Order: sequence, then C-alpha cells, then structure tokens
Amino acid sequence: MRHTITVSVENKFGVLARISGLFSARGYNISSLAVSETLDPEISCMTIVVDAKDEKILEQIKKQLNKLIDVISITDFTKREHVERELILAKVNHSLKDKAKLDNIVNSYVAKIVFSKNKTAIIEAVGEQDNIKKLLEELRRFTVVELIRTGKIAMAKGDTQDD
Amino acid sequence: MTGAQILIESLKREGVEVLFGYPGGQVLPIFDKLYDSDLKLILVRHEQAAAHAADGYSRATGKVGVCLATSGPGATNLTTGIATAYMDSIPMVAITGQVKSFLIGNDAFQEADVTGITRPITKHNYLVKDVKDLARIVREAFYVASTGRPGPVLIDIPSDVQMQDTEFIFPQEVQIRSYKPTYFGHPGQIKKAAKIISEARKPLLYIGGGVITSASSEVLLRFANKIQAPVTWTLMGIGAFPSDHELSLGMLGMHGTAYANHAIMEADVIIAVGARFDDRVTGRLDAFAPNAKIVHIDIDPSSISKNVAVHIPIVGDAKNILGALLEEIKKAPDTKEWLKIVDTYKKKHPLIYKDEGKIKPQYVIEQIDKITKGEAIITTEVGQNQMWAAQWYKYNNPRTFISSGGLGTMGFGLPAAMGAKVAFPDREVFDVAGDGSIQMNIQELATCVANKIHVKVAILNNGYLGMVRQWQELFYKRRYSHVGITSPDFVKLADSYGALGIRVTEKKDVTAAIEKAINTENTVLIDFRIEPEENVFPMVPAGEALNRMIEGLA
Ligand SMILES: Cc1ncc(C[n+]2csc(CCOP(=O)(O)OP(=O)(O)O)c2C)c(N)n1
Repeated sequence: MRHTITVSVENKFGVLARISGLFSARGYNISSLAVSETLDPEISCMTIVVDAKDEKILEQIKKQLNKLIDVISITDFTKREHVERELILAKVNHSLKDKAKLDNIVNSYVAKIVFSKNKTAIIEAVGEQDNIKKLLEELRRFTVVELIRTGKIAMAKGDTQDD
Repeated sequence: MTGAQILIESLKREGVEVLFGYPGGQVLPIFDKLYDSDLKLILVRHEQAAAHAADGYSRATGKVGVCLATSGPGATNLTTGIATAYMDSIPMVAITGQVKSFLIGNDAFQEADVTGITRPITKHNYLVKDVKDLARIVREAFYVASTGRPGPVLIDIPSDVQMQDTEFIFPQEVQIRSYKPTYFGHPGQIKKAAKIISEARKPLLYIGGGVITSASSEVLLRFANKIQAPVTWTLMGIGAFPSDHELSLGMLGMHGTAYANHAIMEADVIIAVGARFDDRVTGRLDAFAPNAKIVHIDIDPSSISKNVAVHIPIVGDAKNILGALLEEIKKAPDTKEWLKIVDTYKKKHPLIYKDEGKIKPQYVIEQIDKITKGEAIITTEVGQNQMWAAQWYKYNNPRTFISSGGLGTMGFGLPAAMGAKVAFPDREVFDVAGDGSIQMNIQELATCVANKIHVKVAILNNGYLGMVRQWQELFYKRRYSHVGITSPDFVKLADSYGALGIRVTEKKDVTAAIEKAINTENTVLIDFRIEPEENVFPMVPAGEALNRMIEGLA
C-alpha cells in the first residue's frame, strides 16, 4: 500500500543522500519524492510516497528516519486529513482539428495550456493523483510525447503546523 | 589557532588521552601538531586495526574510542572497523584527512568520498568545510557518539581546513534540535509491565549489550533477585550478569546453552533489556517463545517490534527503567516451581564436551579462566574460538568480554585486545583466536611489542576455518571446500616480531603455557594445537526453532 509522509530535515548537503540511502539499504521503494526549502531556509521538507506492504514496515521506516540526526520531524498522512497535490507538464501532439477537443478537456480540469504551437501543446495540470490520472487517460486520445511529474506534495489540514 | 590545533585542543577537552592512528599526506598538519602535544598516538600497522583498537578501548572503558587516518586508502581501511563498531553500538570518533576542499570531487590523488562511503555504517558523519565549524563539530561528534544508542561518528577534515586559522571557541553546550534521545521510560508502560511481571509464573530476563552500555548491571542484579527470574544473555550481554549467580542461564541462541533455549521457549513473560532479538538469538521467528508476553526495554525505538512483536515496549535508558520497575513492583511473582523446572533443564542438558584425545579448545578456555580467576579481559576473533570463549570462560563483570557480535569481524580480536590493554595496562588481556582470524591482523604484534602492550594471544589452532568447516560438515556432507588453512610457524613469527611464542601440542602442557604467558613481561602468542574437527555444541541450525538443537553428545 502507498503511504505519504513528509519529513522535515536540516537543509544541509548530504541529507537527501542519507534519507534515500536509508530507503535503498533496507529495500524500501520510494514511489515519489519531492523536496524543497520551507519558510525557514534552514529546513527542507521532503514529501515521500512509499510502498510499504504493511503498517509494520511503515512504522519501521518512520523509526529509522527519526534516528537520523538531521531529521527534525515526520508527519504520516495515512490517518490524517490532508491536502495533497501533484503538478505535471505534458507535451501533447494533436491534429489541428482536434485542438478544440483538447481545449475542452483541459478546461474541465485544474489545468491549462501553457505553450502551444502548430500541432504541439504543453499542458500544465495540478491536482490529486486520482484526478491527474484521469486527465492522463483522457489525453491518451492524442499523442503524449513527453511527461514530467513533480511527485506528490502533502499538507495536513488544521490551523497550525502540528494539526 | 589552526584547524589541526583546534582538533587536538578539542580532543583534550573531550577527555581523550590516547588515539590509534596512521599518518599520510592529508593528515600531516594534524601529525605535526601531535608532535608537540601530550596526546598519545599509538601507531598501528594497518588502519583497520586502529578502528578496532579504538573500539576495544571503548568497550573496555565505556569511553569514546578515537582513531585517525589519512584520506583515500587510509580512510577506506578504517571502514571494516567502523562498521564493526556500528553494528555493536560502540561509541567511537573516527577522524580522517581529506584532500583540499577545492579538490573535492575532482578525483584528486588519494581522494575518496568518505562521508558517502561511511554513511550507512556511522551513526552520523561530518565533512568539515569551514574551520570555524571544527570545534563545534568535534563537540557534537563526541556527544552523538556517546549518547542515546551509541555508535561511531566520523569527521572528515580537508587538509587545507587543518591549516586555516581561526579563533578557538569550544562550545559548552551541544544544541542539535533534531536529536533528543529518550532516557526515561513512559510511566504508564512501566505500570503495565510491573503488573504483568507480578502476575507471571515463568518470567525470564533476556539481556543484551544495552545493559553494559547503560551501566545497569547492579540494578539488574537487584531486579533479578527481587523477581527471582532466571537470566539469559546474548553474546553482547556477556558479563552484564554474573555467570556464577544461581539465576544465570548463560548465553542463549544459536550456540547458547540448551537450558537457556528451552527456558525461553517455555517462559510466559520475557523481559528483554537492551537486546534486539537478533536472528542468531531467536532462531525460527514464528516459533520463538510461543507462550510469552514480551516487555522490551530499549533506548532505540527502532529496535522495538522490528523482529518480534512486543506487548509492552518501554523506550529509554535501561538503568532508569529497571530502577523504576523495581519501585513499581510491589509483589514479586512466585517462581519457585519455575525455577525447579529450569533446574531440571540445567541438569538434563548441561554444557559439556568429551575431554579425550588431543587438546580440547574448551579445556584451554577453562584453564585460562581458572588461572586468571575469571578476572581477565577476554577479546575474541570470530568463529568457533569466539563461541568457545563465550561458553567456557566464566564472566562475572561487565566489559570483560569483548567480541564482534553484530558484524562478526575476523581480525577484530588482536587489535581490540591492544585497545583494552592500553586502557588497563595492569589487567590480564587475552585474545582468544583462531588460526584463520589471527592472520587477518597479525601484523599488530609489531604494534604491541613496540608499545609494550603486553597482550596474550591464545590461538586455538585447528588447521581449519573451523566454523565454516563445521557448517560444511553438518550441512554440506563434509565437502570441505577451501576451509583448510595453512599458517606460518607462529612461534618463529612471534619471535621475529620480538614477542614470545609458545607451542603446545599436549594437554598436559596447557596450564604451564598459560602461566608462562602471564608471567612473561612481553606480548605472548600461544599456538595451541587443538583437536582439528571439534565442533561447537549445542547448535541451532539456521532457520530452526530455538529448542531444536543439535546437542552433539548423546
Ligand atoms: C572478515 C571475515 N571474513 C569471513 C568471515 C566468515 N567466517 C566466519 S567464521 C570463519 C572461520 C574462522 O576461522 P578461524 O579464525 O580459524 O576460527 P575457528 O572457527 O577455527 O575457531 C569465517 C571464514 C568473517 N566472519 N569475517
């Protein structure tokens, strides 16, 4: 099962390697990873989506992460209300007569065409992974020549960081 | 001060008196400053031995051991020693030189990505990029290495940083916002544990190296006496509880005593203290201790419920938690019947060997025990020698058995003995060795002789990589594939190093040789020619249930 966790870490070189090394050394698969600085430039936040067979493995992953000196805190979204998003860029080839269809599809999602020339368009879309998946299915009618995804990011609902 | 001076000053402030090391181009500034300092550096013959010696020093004293090596090959030679310390949670600070900062990443001469290489085998590591950070980093390194669940920490220092000047400010306090080990157990959990212990009929204490690390032996003794539970220990837990105590069951697990293994399978409450349910201890996991509720006390939350599902986890320092439990338990369980049962196990399945024919290794260890009155520090290599040393010497004090448990590193014993002897020059230190393992770091005889580190090495020479041969005998139809190993003439070799070599081929000469070794003011190596195909029993075959042992003797 896929679990989403965020890990806030010291923003120092080598930290990402430490975290990814921890996963690879134990044979846990990261299915997506997004990292960036937070409000506090000394702290980075990583959103990690991990394939863990059961709760026990997830528990072990969290404990092992907590052991790393550079890890400040871990949030597990498995049982928490939260917002999650992913951003994609998709380059789509289409025939000129299909352009209107493409516009229609894009308009029915949180998406827009950010570049368009002749028979090529780059589509930007933001959403929960299920929505992104649906959009990608619809785009299959055209020719998707390139796809880049950021991986998931997540934030707990509630009015403070710890909620 | 220069970076090199700051390093040395900081080490002194941390209470370091001795370090084990080897020079090279990228640590020249440090060695230059060592020349004028009163820090003692013991020049080993191989960096691996520097790490093991620092480790042995730490295991014998409880202090942080320190080793020092140059960049590239010097640093990579340390890695086996660092990994050994990591697996056994030994506090160590390893210092390595690195190529000049502006050359890092250029495949410069003798460059290796040492923080990268050691990331999975250190508790934490640092690359010092600015000399202003050095004092703080040294302070942090010692703090991280020695607190919580201890472990090795590496500091990689580029040679230009060693030469740069800055003001020396040694921080009083260590501030690491993300590192806060838990020392006190959760009161609610302690209450729950006290309750099930009071109600137990067949309680058993299963203790590991954590008891030694946290200096809990005394409180453990009071605790065991109070609840009248038998005590068994892991290889790492040897010495934490006196073997001559009536509640002692000896070591459990693959080569543990049969009675300890039967007892743990029968127990209804297991109190695990500073032990991690290693596969060498549990045997087949799904068959392990089927009747038991498990209370697990450990400072490392990730050790809890990793292998075995635990009913009551208590995270914290064993000393505090055992103390709290002692107070909390008002009514000791009634274990008279249980102790009787355990006693019948002891009588029915004693630890024995057939003392006939050539010299038996068990006999050699028993004699070392007798002659040193159980008071020596014993280090071991890895293999049968290690198991015999674990089974047949009677350890009554913590920090007297020093052995590579988690990694099982051949070549560990001699350098570790060196470290222990440097810490305690007046105590007897024996390395119990195999003829295979001793050859992995035998060059350290030179270090011993040069520095008057008078350790005694007892080689149990069977002409084989004995433990591997034993597996081939039992599980590969005696197809002895590449396990016969030749050795130099150990007596001549000792002699050429300036040590004393003694060869013993007959049982009647065993005790005299041990006495002579002890009475000789020199490094001594005894080559005991033992029964070549003697096996370590009992043995739980890998993947079998703990009570399905091969006991060896009918
Ligand atoms: C560095 C290293 N290489 C290989 C092994 C695998 N191994 C475990 S025990 C053993 C045999 C040890 O032989 P010896 O030192 O002669 O001791 P004995 O078992 O005969 O007492 C070997 C090869 C190891 N533990 N460590």
